[in-house]
Amino acid sequence: MPELELVKLDKSYGDVRALRELSLTVGSGEIFGFVGSNGAGKTTAMRIAVGVLAADGGEVRWAGRPVDLAVSRRIGYMPEERGLYPRMRVGSQLRYLARLHGRSPEQAEQAVQRWTQVLGISNRLDDDVQKLSLGNQQRVQLCAALVFEPDILILDEPFSGLDPVAVDVMSRVLRAQADAGVPVVFSSHQLDLVERLCDRVGIIKEGSMVAVGSIDELRSRGGLRWQVQGPPADAGWPGTVPGARVVSIEGPTTVVEVVDRDGEADQAGQEVLRAAMAVGPVHAFGPVRPHLVELFRHAVSDSTDPSTGTPIGEEARQ
Amino acid sequence: MSPLETIRLVAGREITTRIRSKAFLWTTGLLVVAIVAGGVILNLALDSSSATSVAVTPQTEPLAQPLQAIARANDEAIRIVDVENDAAARAAVADEDADAALTGSPTDFTVVVRSQPDPAQYSMLTVLRQQTALGAAVTDLGGDPEQVAQQLATATVKIQSLDPAPERDGGQIAAGYVAGILLFLALQTTAQLVSQGVVEEKSTRVVELLLSTIRPWQLMAGKVTGIGVIGLLQVVAVIAAAAGTALALGLLDTSSLDLGATIAWALVWFVVGFITFSLALAALASLVSRQEDVASVTAPVLVLMIIPYVIGISIAPWDPTNPIVVALSYIPFAAPMVMPMRIALGTVETWEILASLALSLALIPVLVWGAGRIYSNAVLRTGARVRLRDALRAG
Repeated sequence: MPELELVKLDKSYGDVRALRELSLTVGSGEIFGFVGSNGAGKTTAMRIAVGVLAADGGEVRWAGRPVDLAVSRRIGYMPEERGLYPRMRVGSQLRYLARLHGRSPEQAEQAVQRWTQVLGISNRLDDDVQKLSLGNQQRVQLCAALVFEPDILILDEPFSGLDPVAVDVMSRVLRAQADAGVPVVFSSHQLDLVERLCDRVGIIKEGSMVAVGSIDELRSRGGLRWQVQGPPADAGWPGTVPGARVVSIEGPTTVVEVVDRDGEADQAGQEVLRAAMAVGPVHAFGPVRPHLVELFRHAVSDSTDPSTGTPIGEEARQ
Repeated sequence: MSPLETIRLVAGREITTRIRSKAFLWTTGLLVVAIVAGGVILNLALDSSSATSVAVTPQTEPLAQPLQAIARANDEAIRIVDVENDAAARAAVADEDADAALTGSPTDFTVVVRSQPDPAQYSMLTVLRQQTALGAAVTDLGGDPEQVAQQLATATVKIQSLDPAPERDGGQIAAGYVAGILLFLALQTTAQLVSQGVVEEKSTRVVELLLSTIRPWQLMAGKVTGIGVIGLLQVVAVIAAAAGTALALGLLDTSSLDLGATIAWALVWFVVGFITFSLALAALASLVSRQEDVASVTAPVLVLMIIPYVIGISIAPWDPTNPIVVALSYIPFAAPMVMPMRIALGTVETWEILASLALSLALIPVLVWGAGRIYSNAVLRTGARVRLRDALRAG
């Protein structure tokens, strides 16, 4: 199965280094979520991937070969700043874009019918784009990325500004595309959405990847955490477990984190439970799954130099 | 997909979008209507001003024929109005039924006018009076006035001109004006459509979507081609309206204007001028991201358009061989407006046109290279205005 690879991309704007040896790989059928603070380099990386921006160094490859115009013509792209001709009808605009991507007039017409149907804007085909609401313009924009049956999808903030119904529609479309074998890369600040939708997530900070992996991989890369409802932590029991520290105490509930115990999560958990029970009765016990939000905060607030720090989860993938 | 097909698609979009636009249809329609109406008004004005009406009584009626002959010799038209007597003749002038009246007798007549005769009328009437006096004198001397008149008619002045002024008539002067104004307006509006189109794509960010699938030069070439075709259609419509009106009303019947050649050359120069100006404007427009900034960045090129136009239109019709006009008709950017004026005025040799055309054509590859480079480097850089030097250097 072909893979989309961004290999050691470098890009500077004057004195600002936007990307530092940024690398990532997205396989066919995979949805890759790209998260990072504003200005971290997501858009720059995506613009280089579709070929509208030249990298200072590094390479973008598809199926092992550098991406040229023939390949980038097959990439469905949704720019961060939406771009459509405001005074052109939805239908003719989409047909035109499909033709520019090499489709025949018949293929273009069929695809326009199909995708506007799927995205619920088939009744607006004869309206000028500027007459549509922003949400509907966004749907047209996604149609523009889909009407030529792309081999790769690269979408910059596809969910921003969408209502919940549109978010569901968009999510289903992306899943279906991935299931059909298309690698899908999208960036988003809606981390719950990324968590739900993505097979893998990359966290970018100051131009380099600080964490890449599936949500579960990312979770396990931090410490393992357990929530214990029972004896108070100040009774000293967490200290008896090697590598454990108290994360938070809220009434009778203590959250304990155990670090450096890769591969023995169950054992570490049992040790925490035994230590607590040795002091008093335990009413509830279970693992704490950090949300992507916490992982993200943790990753981007990490003060280690991103160019030398080991990306979390990278080994887990390789 | 071949580059040519891509360019054709882009050009096709430009054409269909403009043709669909109401503004375009209205401007073209109004332009054609204005041209036809202008021709009709010009024709009416020529008709009404040309004939001077002169009232004659039965006594002065013999003067009508010599007067007509004098008028014809002077390129003037006289309409004779017959009245019953001197009183009726004076009344006709007073009531503005006639411009002048001849009263009294053929040998001693008085001209009645409202205030004073215009210079042309005055000189014709003076000649008439001198002829009648001469006729009377010839008769007194026992000669035949008719014979004398014939001898006089064959006596003409021989002129040898050392530096003949180029001859041009009203039709040619009018065509010179029309050619200059038409090319200036057409080039200005169509080239500005290109710069607006470039910035529209940049300001709406659609250019980013387009350039993920086609090359910048293909987008620029398609845009220039599409708008060029539209502009050419507009120019053809206007020329057809102008030529049709002029021919239908017979405005050019007496002119030595070479209408076919003037039109053909005007179209050639429009195409050359459009390519020159649109490439320059497309490149400059790609430097800015907002429609408001287009005017400031394209101003230098528009000045290149306005200055030769103003000089050409104010000097060429009266002095087609003026050295400044001749020089401008060779300089690329100025030639597309000035040379068609000279062609319409009929004061230019074919080799001169071809030499000027060669100069303008020689510049086009340079413009293609420079404009392509600037456009490619600048069109994706949104935000602040890109400096020309950076756009030429980068990439």
